[in-house]
Amino acid sequence: MTDRSNIAFVRTEDVPAMPPPPNAAGPVKWIKDNLFATPANSVLTILAFLAIYMILSGTVPWMINGIWTSPSLAVCREILDGTTGACFAVLTERWNQLLFGFQYPTDLYWRPGLAFALLFFAAAPVLFFDLPRKLLIFTALYPFIAFWLIWGGSIFGPILALVSIAAGVVFYQRFVKNSFALGFFGALVTAFIVLKIGGFILPDGEITEGAMRSVPSRDLGGFMLNMMLGVTCVSLSVPLGIALALGRQSSMPIIKYICVVFIEFVRGVPLITLLFVANVMLGYFFPPGSGVDLFLRVVIMITMFSAAYIAEVIRGGLAALPKGQYEAGDSLGLDYAQSMRLIILPQALKISIPGIVNVAVGLFKDTTLVSVISMFDLVGMIRGPILASVEWQGVYWELFGFAALLFFITCYGISQYSQWLERRLATDHR
Amino acid sequence: MTSITDPPQGSFRLSMLINDTRYRSYTFQAIAFILLALSIGYLINNLFTNLAAQGLDINFAFLGAPAGYDINQRLIEYTSQSTNLRAAFVGVLNTLLVAFLACVTATIFGVLAGVLRLSNNWLVSKLMAVYVEIFRNIPVLIWILIIFTIMIAVLPGPREFRGDEATSSMFLGISAFTNRGVYVPLPFFERGFGGATDLLLVIAILVGSFFGARAVTARATRIQEATGVRPATLTTNLAIWFGPLIAAFLVFGLSFEVPELKGFNFAGGIKIGGPLIAIWFALSIYTGAFIAENVRAGIQAVSKGQTEAAGALGIRPGRIMSLVVLPQALRVIIPPLISNYLNITKNSSLAILVGYADVTATLGGITLNQTGRAIECILLLMLFYLTISLLISAMINVYNNAIKLKER
Repeated sequence: MTDRSNIAFVRTEDVPAMPPPPNAAGPVKWIKDNLFATPANSVLTILAFLAIYMILSGTVPWMINGIWTSPSLAVCREILDGTTGACFAVLTERWNQLLFGFQYPTDLYWRPGLAFALLFFAAAPVLFFDLPRKLLIFTALYPFIAFWLIWGGSIFGPILALVSIAAGVVFYQRFVKNSFALGFFGALVTAFIVLKIGGFILPDGEITEGAMRSVPSRDLGGFMLNMMLGVTCVSLSVPLGIALALGRQSSMPIIKYICVVFIEFVRGVPLITLLFVANVMLGYFFPPGSGVDLFLRVVIMITMFSAAYIAEVIRGGLAALPKGQYEAGDSLGLDYAQSMRLIILPQALKISIPGIVNVAVGLFKDTTLVSVISMFDLVGMIRGPILASVEWQGVYWELFGFAALLFFITCYGISQYSQWLERRLATDHR
Repeated sequence: MTSITDPPQGSFRLSMLINDTRYRSYTFQAIAFILLALSIGYLINNLFTNLAAQGLDINFAFLGAPAGYDINQRLIEYTSQSTNLRAAFVGVLNTLLVAFLACVTATIFGVLAGVLRLSNNWLVSKLMAVYVEIFRNIPVLIWILIIFTIMIAVLPGPREFRGDEATSSMFLGISAFTNRGVYVPLPFFERGFGGATDLLLVIAILVGSFFGARAVTARATRIQEATGVRPATLTTNLAIWFGPLIAAFLVFGLSFEVPELKGFNFAGGIKIGGPLIAIWFALSIYTGAFIAENVRAGIQAVSKGQTEAAGALGIRPGRIMSLVVLPQALRVIIPPLISNYLNITKNSSLAILVGYADVTATLGGITLNQTGRAIECILLLMLFYLTISLLISAMINVYNNAIKLKER
């Protein structure tokens, strides 16, 4: 140690840090690093700004000048008087048609509206599993409520279906401990028998208590039809896809090849040909005089289509599981059904969730294809009744933009949910 | 599963069909097979009952009958007197044409967008993210309709190109974008042998150049392996690619037939119809967004250590990309890329929406409606798409086997 008094100056604290030079900090540095790092980068930035400017200069005035109330395009053009502007009046004017189609009874719009609102409550416990499990009861009831709300008719039809499925579930829970096959197939038979007995007791159309005005399937339309097809087909095709994936992994050659042929066939043809099948060909395969309606035929074909894709996704998940998991199940003495239910599928499905959601988004987008077989979904409504009408002939961009926006919001929302779920389910602690 | 203890010896009892795992699978398969056979039999029975009730049968003779309708967009000779089979074949070629064109452009869009999305440039990468999200999340059907609308409602009609006070002019004086289609110059040989032969000649020259260039690269690699110095190949390769082509152009006299306004429409040059452009461009930008994601995932899948290791070995950045990163990234990129090509081929069936005469529109559309032979037409249609997709799946398998990591 030296004596401090002998030294002229000793710094006792640090010099405060100087602020960085203005071009090495803050927004300037950020711009320099991220936009103008190299000459090539600068060129790209300028090009990107040009592109953004061109897009915005085209759309912003068009949107700001938009007319929201007007009975027809001609009146709209008069109001605009030569200036650029959108004619969003077509959306307000035809709002109900875009959402519900042009044949759904006007005074009954509250029914599909209510069904749509309830969908969120039904889907919530499935999508967010922090919610109390008791809410799943409502999810189980939802299909019957929604069916009754949208199609109307006697409430006894849905109640009968509900009762028979409940009977099947009771049977399954009673007997699944003995053997999965007995429980599962017995439950199917029980449900079927209850349905038949019920149909015997309550003949169709004779009971009018609790009946709401019934709406035939051909009157459905608009974005409602897309939502209905999307939700129904996705929820039906997940179980079917699991069954197909397990079948394809099976060691029994006949079952394996049935599944392989089905999956490869369906994946090999475009959805539109399957919709043609639903439209003109499937009717021939039903018993004479059964007259299955077009909506159901389309649901069958789209479900088959997406089930094949979901099966491939789940097969990927099954293949990705380490072999040790299968062997662990065997070494615990679990039989096939138990080890699948308790060990393999929970893990495999977790891996497959992003893929399943991708298929679901693709399927939802593909529901627009039904407009090709003259069902009036959102795109069908736009192409058909609205663009063909005298008032709104030529209003392309507002309508297509609206359709695109609706689909974008839904699909982007679903994919964001899937990413959240992936992060949520990530248990590998990396 | 295998068990270590010997299975109990003894005679076969009927209850073993259910209780013994060795025999139970036979029971299940027999049940499945019988159920399948029964349901197929039931469906076929229904089919024939229904057909008989309507006085119909299954008969492919209609394929030989005259089609009786015209097809605007065609690659081979076809008149309304040609058979339905030929109409279907015109449709098949049109499907393949639009699928091929869309595959090429979708790859270009996709690779560009995927690489740019990884760019250091914040603005560009965000812009590409927006492109990918917007195009992936909106149905391709809506994109086809939007672009078709641009083609028919926004582009000027041929008459607007006429006269002194024309409101539209030709692009660079050689191409016309009209609501009846796009007209571009047609290249041809003044002293050639005529259309198809000239085209084959050019293709033959290009194939020859391809093998020539490959030989040069292989030689360069041999020399590099022997001496450690890689000879420069760029000039030789450029010469091999362009030399013969330019020579052929000079010898045969390359010239362009520029479209001209004659009467009320354009004549000369190549006419690309509005429907073709709509379906081509829509499929390209839509699938391009998916390919962009594949490309991005593929490049990101190559770990940074690979680049750094190559850098530590003293390899130059350009060659790091081509020798280290790309070969590994392509292993990840190519299989989904090919299945995107398959999707393009299948989605091209949406061409029916804008009136492009692909196989769905000819065989599954007009022929079906005119002859009423729904079952036959749809079966043939499915058979065609199934063949294409099985071929493409086979390609994926061959590729996957070829690039599989060679392990001990």
